Amino acid sequence: MSNIDEERYSRQTILKGFGLVGQQKLNAAKVLVIGAGGLGCPALQYLAGAGVGTIGIADDDVVSLSNLHRQILYSVADIGLPKVTIAAAKLSILNPDIAIIPHHLKLKNINALNIIGQYDIILDGTDNFASRYMINDACVLLGKPLVYGAVMQYQGQVAIFNVPGLNGIAINYRHLFATAPKPREVPNCAEAGVLGVLPGIIGTMQAAEAIKLITGIGKPLINKLLTYNVLTNEMYTVSVNTSSPNKKESLISETIFLQMDYEDECGIKEKHIIEIDGDEFETLRKQPGTAVIDVREVYELPQVTNFEHQQIPMTVFKESIRSIADKNIILFCQHGIRSIYAGEMLQEVFGNSKQIYSLKGGISKWAAKLL
Amino acid sequence: MDITVLFFGQLAELAATNETVFQSVIDTDALKIQLHQKYPQFADSSFIIAVNKILTDQNTPLFNGATVALLPPFSGG
Repeated sequence: MSNIDEERYSRQTILKGFGLVGQQKLNAAKVLVIGAGGLGCPALQYLAGAGVGTIGIADDDVVSLSNLHRQILYSVADIGLPKVTIAAAKLSILNPDIAIIPHHLKLKNINALNIIGQYDIILDGTDNFASRYMINDACVLLGKPLVYGAVMQYQGQVAIFNVPGLNGIAINYRHLFATAPKPREVPNCAEAGVLGVLPGIIGTMQAAEAIKLITGIGKPLINKLLTYNVLTNEMYTVSVNTSSPNKKESLISETIFLQMDYEDECGIKEKHIIEIDGDEFETLRKQPGTAVIDVREVYELPQVTNFEHQQIPMTVFKESIRSIADKNIILFCQHGIRSIYAGEMLQEVFGNSKQIYSLKGGISKWAAKLL
Repeated sequence: MDITVLFFGQLAELAATNETVFQSVIDTDALKIQLHQKYPQFADSSFIIAVNKILTDQNTPLFNGATVALLPPFSGG
């Protein structure tokens, strides 16, 4: 601990209740931030600035232009590059005294326990339910404190899971939401939008909760769920009373964990709709009897002029299904999520009489390849 | 007897308001029935219920002045 730069941290070590002891605790701590996006970026910056000794970053995504309004570690020059690489480089400049470990991968059942096991505290900055339930279950299995954060349009949630409260009971995400909602129940950021500053606030609150947990200051959100509304500036915090037992037992064995199909549980895996990449798209769209359909709303950008297609927005898709005559149908949207729902609707109507494809990653990924 | 109901996340959008008041609901089960009658658009939404800021997953009696929060899960990040 002797190598802590006292001047760098002087503004927080002079705090009552924090001191050099708090700084030493931060220096000894290992925090894993999963998802280097809207929540992860600000969380990473404050954790690195505060002097958390070891920071892991897990993400498999690359930077895209639509990230920049909220993912403040990245700039235009970084578009197309892996987020973990850029984030690690920026954080190293911010604080060269700490260890930053990039994990350039998608966290899945098979690698989650190994990676999460290397850290003391996990911060969930992911953007989908499959990852959130998987990370929650892995943290339950390993007994790792999990700082949860999530956003939706103008509101965000923060909570701490797997840390026993005064009653000795530790709640986790499944105590709140036992099972994942169906895909159409809860829109994601790509579909519903998010005010850029909101994940900045929520991610920063997650960093604050992590720092409180590590240093033992204040009252972290243990067994509580906080909701913040950026439009009204109101916070609403509810307590989770675990005297009412969870309807669904939290999963406990590693064997069950490794066998879980989280994407299936969250309904995002559709076996009958074939997801295709950019190269497959180029080949398939030229096949005779193939319709390419943009299911985005008419106001969504970029407008596509590079290939022939028709536009049937999701808002009118159901009513328009019967007008689609082609045998092969390639659907696309912004990120490849709505196009799967559209494919499911087609499947309901046409069964297997049509071959349905969805452009994986949507037009944003396809367009990024052109740059 | 007034019960204040707070809507969070997309429920506020679906209900087109952040809160409303129900009268004569004796418990959360009765409230759920009235919610579905008043807001059929909630049918596809999942949410958890907090009574006076304490989360509950069982039927809970409601008394005059109680505040009930309906909290849906968020996934974005």
